[in-house]
Amino acid sequence: MSTDTAAAPKKESLFSKKNRRLLKDPLDDSNPITVQVLGICSALAITVQLQQAVIMSLSVLFVMIGGNVIVSLLRNLIPDRIRIIVQLVVVASLVIIVDQVLKAFQPDISEKLSVFVGLIITNCIIMGRLEAFALANKPGPSFLDAIGNAMGYAWILLAVSIVREVFGSGAISLPGMGQVKFLPTEWFMSEGGFYENNNLMILPPMALITVGIIIWIQRSRNQSLIEEN
Amino acid sequence: MAIDKNSTGYTFLFSIIMVVVVGTSLAYTSLSLKERQNANAADKKMMDILGAIGVDANRTNASELFADYVVERVAIDMSGRELMATSSAVDPKDKQDPFGIDVKKDYRASVKSAVKATDGDEAALIAALSEDGLRFPLFRCAKDGASLYVIPMVGSGLWGPIWGYVALEEDKTTIYGANFDHKTETPGLGAEIKETFFTEKFKGKQLNADAAALFTITKGGAPTDEYSVDGITGGTITSKGVDEMMNRTLKVYYRYFESETRAQR
Repeated sequence: MSTDTAAAPKKESLFSKKNRRLLKDPLDDSNPITVQVLGICSALAITVQLQQAVIMSLSVLFVMIGGNVIVSLLRNLIPDRIRIIVQLVVVASLVIIVDQVLKAFQPDISEKLSVFVGLIITNCIIMGRLEAFALANKPGPSFLDAIGNAMGYAWILLAVSIVREVFGSGAISLPGMGQVKFLPTEWFMSEGGFYENNNLMILPPMALITVGIIIWIQRSRNQSLIEEN
Repeated sequence: MAIDKNSTGYTFLFSIIMVVVVGTSLAYTSLSLKERQNANAADKKMMDILGAIGVDANRTNASELFADYVVERVAIDMSGRELMATSSAVDPKDKQDPFGIDVKKDYRASVKSAVKATDGDEAALIAALSEDGLRFPLFRCAKDGASLYVIPMVGSGLWGPIWGYVALEEDKTTIYGANFDHKTETPGLGAEIKETFFTEKFKGKQLNADAAALFTITKGGAPTDEYSVDGITGGTITSKGVDEMMNRTLKVYYRYFESETRAQR
């Protein structure tokens, strides 16, 4: 017994190899969207414009970090029988705070995201990480795990929304900057040009197809992700 | 410290503390952000009113443009009597100011149930709502030398509230412009009422003061005339909601317009 405790380092560095995996894995090999297929609903719904995806990613990042750290701090105090409700209350209050802050400081985007901010509560990634990781780990690693998973969620969202906005609206938008149309207007067919925005890109099915393409690329690069059947 | 984490007492204690902490922090957040949110809501309202008369405003210039275009704000009661009129600067906090009348709240609190209870009986509806002392705001705007009247309205769609602003021309029978919005209508179906292809159709239409319905939203591609607009396919209940909302609200203002013309004669 004594040898075991002696062998393990007293204080594990926050950026040990194990902890770095917490950050890196969700970005690729255990990505919440493309590999675990969690949080798909919001990924499909709010990726029409980049600015919505940015705000949504930041909101999820905040809720994820807050939820993971708080639950991890309370992990020895939470009664087992009501742990899901406790997690839910923590997540729900963080989401309400995000919603209120957006309403106060980013009213236009808040309007566009409408119910999807509230639906962060039901985002499986968050509850999944709280239940699977934060309840059993210290705040430090939980914090990293939260960042990793939120970023894993975020980059898919950003990638999909860039593709959809560029081909669907011929523009790129960032919060605070509005939408920047980068194609010359005379290129468009309505102005006698040759180009037309692909309306299908704006519709929900294209989000699914774009995510599908990302999954395809990812699995052809890493064959171990391909399921047997 | 040997506390049984799974005892009922501990579970209760934990829940109570959690609820108090969470409740306090949320109440604090809400209160400290309230002012900004209200200012945003007031800006949005100004943008919607200006949108109905075809003025494109954004959050930074909304209050400025509002002051330019809206020359008078009037509050009337259910039977069409004028209660007050003002053209001073807007104070969003002033509950007496017609701008501050929360038509959505009024609809939720009393109009909705009264509409249901009276079931199309107009006299009964007037009686029921007059008792509540409801006030209705009207915004008189001046654009390109002509007077325009913007009327806010609220109604029910399929899933939740719908609302809109209809602008009438100086003759008070021609629709100058309209915009609608909704909270939770079905995307692609009822939600389409907020799209321009739908609101564009209202421009130049007439209100029929002689018929039972001032205006109709027709169903299923039925022929439309100058007093009607084609509804949204697959959004029947939302379209009906727009129809009901327009007729109910416009009738209140018609009583006011009529009494006004009589006074002028």
